[in-house]
Amino acid sequence: MLIQLPALAVILPLLSAPLCLFLRRSLLAWLFTVIASGLTMLVSITLLQQVMASGTIVYEMGGWSAPWGIEYRIDKLNAYVLLIVSSISTVVLLAAHTSIEKEIPQDRHTLFYVLYLLSLAGLIGVVITGDAFNVFVFLEISSLAAYSLIALGEDRRALWAAYQYLIMGTIGATFILIGIGLMYQMTGTLNMDDLSRRLPEVAQTRTVFAAYAFIIVGVCLKVALFPLHRWLPNAYAYAPSVVTAVLAATSTKVAVYLLIRFTFSIFGISFSFTTVPLQTIFVILGLLGIFAASTTAIFQKNVKHLFAYSSVAQIGYMIVGFSIGTTTGLMATLLHLFNHALMKSALFLALGAVMYRIGSAQLSQFQGLGRQMPFTMAAIVAGGLSLIGVPLTVGFVSKWYLVLAALENGWWPVAVLVLLGSLLALVYVWRIVEAAYFNEPPAGRGAVEEAPLGFLIPVWVLVTANIYFGMDTRLSVQVAQAAAQSLFGVSP
Amino acid sequence: MESIVQIQVATMWTLEVPPFLPFFIGALIAAVTRGTLRGAIMVAIPVVSALHLWMVPEGVHLQFAFFDYQLTPYRVDKLSLMFGYVFHIAAFIAIIYSLHVRDTLQQVAALMYAGSGLGAVFAGDLLTLFVFWEFLAFTSVFLIWARRTRRSYQAGMRYLIIQVLSGVILLIGALFYAAENGTLEFGFIGLTGIAGWLIFIAFGIKCAFPFAHNWLTDAYPEATVTGTVILSAFTTKVAVYSLARAYPGTELLVYIGAAMTCFPIFFAVIENDLRRVLAYSLINQVGFMVVGVGIGTALAINGAVSHAFNDVIFKGLLFMTMGAVLHMTGRMNGSDLGGLYKTMPKTTVLCIVGAASISAFPLFSGFVSKSMVMSAALENGYDWIWLMLLFASAGVFHHAGIKIPYFAFFAHDSGLRVSDPPNNMLLAMLIAAVLCIGIGVYPAALYSLLPYDTGYNPYDATHVLAQTQLLFFSALAFVWLNLKGMYPPELHSTNLDVEWFYRRLFPVAIQSLFATTWKLDGALRRAFVLRLHQCLHYLSGIYHVPTGLLTSSRPAGSMAMWVAIFLAGYLFLSFIN
Repeated sequence: MLIQLPALAVILPLLSAPLCLFLRRSLLAWLFTVIASGLTMLVSITLLQQVMASGTIVYEMGGWSAPWGIEYRIDKLNAYVLLIVSSISTVVLLAAHTSIEKEIPQDRHTLFYVLYLLSLAGLIGVVITGDAFNVFVFLEISSLAAYSLIALGEDRRALWAAYQYLIMGTIGATFILIGIGLMYQMTGTLNMDDLSRRLPEVAQTRTVFAAYAFIIVGVCLKVALFPLHRWLPNAYAYAPSVVTAVLAATSTKVAVYLLIRFTFSIFGISFSFTTVPLQTIFVILGLLGIFAASTTAIFQKNVKHLFAYSSVAQIGYMIVGFSIGTTTGLMATLLHLFNHALMKSALFLALGAVMYRIGSAQLSQFQGLGRQMPFTMAAIVAGGLSLIGVPLTVGFVSKWYLVLAALENGWWPVAVLVLLGSLLALVYVWRIVEAAYFNEPPAGRGAVEEAPLGFLIPVWVLVTANIYFGMDTRLSVQVAQAAAQSLFGVSP
Repeated sequence: MESIVQIQVATMWTLEVPPFLPFFIGALIAAVTRGTLRGAIMVAIPVVSALHLWMVPEGVHLQFAFFDYQLTPYRVDKLSLMFGYVFHIAAFIAIIYSLHVRDTLQQVAALMYAGSGLGAVFAGDLLTLFVFWEFLAFTSVFLIWARRTRRSYQAGMRYLIIQVLSGVILLIGALFYAAENGTLEFGFIGLTGIAGWLIFIAFGIKCAFPFAHNWLTDAYPEATVTGTVILSAFTTKVAVYSLARAYPGTELLVYIGAAMTCFPIFFAVIENDLRRVLAYSLINQVGFMVVGVGIGTALAINGAVSHAFNDVIFKGLLFMTMGAVLHMTGRMNGSDLGGLYKTMPKTTVLCIVGAASISAFPLFSGFVSKSMVMSAALENGYDWIWLMLLFASAGVFHHAGIKIPYFAFFAHDSGLRVSDPPNNMLLAMLIAAVLCIGIGVYPAALYSLLPYDTGYNPYDATHVLAQTQLLFFSALAFVWLNLKGMYPPELHSTNLDVEWFYRRLFPVAIQSLFATTWKLDGALRRAFVLRLHQCLHYLSGIYHVPTGLLTSSRPAGSMAMWVAIFLAGYLFLSFIN
């Protein structure tokens, strides 16, 4: 059983999806999905423990050994990302039953859970697999499920947003596929481990350059790196709240994982960082992303849009850490993967609670909510503080390591800019606080009750995690450090 | 044999009790007791503590590690013992003097204040010193506020700010010192490096160096009758002690001290408030000690320390007699007083004893210590300084020796007919007066306590003759000036000192500065807000409108273009490499 765990992590959600289709009742489907996701989370935790204790796990799918068969290769990096994806998915799911009650028509509830499980299976698959082509397959599974999930949004613009995302996502996936094809042409293998050994021999060919270029551009589209972020705000804003919460916390993170995997494991740092001025380009784009997206966030009237743009800015931080190209920089990126997932899932879920009660996420509707929904608003404030990077929250931990990495490298202007970027976050978070706590409720809105426990419990689990992991950083820092070190070939 | 062991055990145990502890505990008890019981306890504390101190041998008695540093809250040597003794005497006298006071706040503050002074002189490291330094400030300010007038409140506030500032400078200096030397031990520091200067400034503020002296003349006369007595004993003497430990032989101190002896005389002569006159003469006396510390020879240090010892007693006596006058008449201005000798004969006599001591009449305590400093100055070639000190001695005699008793008890008859003060006050003054004469007649007792053995004898013909001549001519000058009507009359007036800078000029300057700044600031801000609005308007055009550059809802086309640009740029860059 324990040996089969890697396969189980994908198969559990993947097979639950069609099974879920038979459950016609919303509540049953919800319970079933929670259990499936919860089990996946348990599998991820066990995998992480095993990897931390005894090193990389190699699993041959169906007994076919690599490079002919598909290999699942779990090292510290993907075990860490697996944990993020599966645990956020599970916690967010807890609120799903309450949330979709108002946002999705009754007859589509089962469909929602099926798509949710498919999306989860796809994301897990992308992370866990050790086969480059397999990455594309799972990426398409998760993306197609995500497009449909977004299209389920009650706002008619959701359909439009999903369509835009579909086009962009498909371009990205195609680029990745082209890149993989070019690599296959040059090496004759699709296995990542194999690729990493064979690529150096042919590294100085234009085909390999082109392969890397296609993959990077494709992945950056999925990452929503500025200026390729344009699909994201609308998709996040018009999707059902739960979908936004889970996508914001997991899908871009998985894309960042892919960026790291392709850059460090497959092409190798000596190739990736020396053939092109990738470092410079990424630092500039990352910083531009931080400032442009944060500034845009300040002017948003819809809080979902606001946090969506903030997500783009936060991705900028991850890219900056990545492009520093040192162990500490990579560690900062990995920490921010974890920490940003915690912040954004908490924030979007809390927004879901607001949507549930007042049916809108317009900033003008937030006026006076501080007294009417005290627990929900407190959660948003706590998440916002974490976003800014206030000490004792997770946001502080990742910013700390990012600044540390920049300073270690002597890039002090970057450190200064990163800190200035936090000030912009302060501005847009403050707009919400101002509306909620310093303004009277708009006339014509009736009494608003506090969100139901179905929301409050998962939201506060995530907020508590935001604070807990801000103080006790052992888990996140230890694993992120070990993962970063192993990617740099330093034995931990 | 057994009994010796027991005594040893007993002393071993009591060794651990630093002298500030009985005072702090006593303050706690005094806070909850009332009446005779409180009086008895308060009198007992300095007695018990002094007996204990008498048995304590020299050495380090309490030490513990704090981070990387050794803290020594209790260190005993000859220098600290000398101040320890006189502080006990001062506390004892002041407590007796204030036995009639029913104000719990004052009594507790007085005990805490005396304890803090003791803590400071037995502190073996700079951090402990800093703690007691600030304690001195915070406890003493209540003795000023206890008068409960608006004037005293404001004076207390100014006093507190300056004292705390001194403490903060001391702390910064101590931190620098620790960084430079890796130790916090409170020993010789010297004027080297930033630490040395910072600590020097901190000590200087507390020591009432010129231009930093106004807290003293500002606040002391505003304190309560008993508060001023106890205030005069500790703060400046702790500073003198600290200078004697950390900066002996620093030449700068000679000049600072000489300035301190001379400039207060002019203020003291024209000042009307007799307690303020005494405050000025306090600075003048401290100046003698500072000169002694600055010269730094064994004789000079002895002179500084013994003069501190005597000054605590005779200055206390003078403040007590003036306090008695204030207590009985409610007036303190020389122009309102006079002729009191008829009804306050005992106070008059005691005041004259104090005046004779401060003027350094032979056979009074001031003589045996002040002459040491002056001899040391002459021996070390500071002739001009010696002349300044001589002038200062004459001045002291003038304002403290003659002016105080003359205007309070003689001069024109003010018509006040009040009796002598309560017995406890008289007793306290009597003790001080006896000590003044005792030390003056038999200086060997005092000399045996001094840090150095110099075999100095004050009663040789030169000293006695020189001093008597000086006093005689000074008295003559006073009489002549007074008869000719040329002596500055006692008037209701406010004399401006350096404090004018921070009590008048500074606030006025600050206020006008702020007024202009606010006007300017308002204009700037309006302009800035206008620009900001324009900027925001422009930005929101870019970012916010649905068709804006970065937020269009149909991004697919432009994004596909971006992807193409991205890819092309990337390929171009990698191919040209």
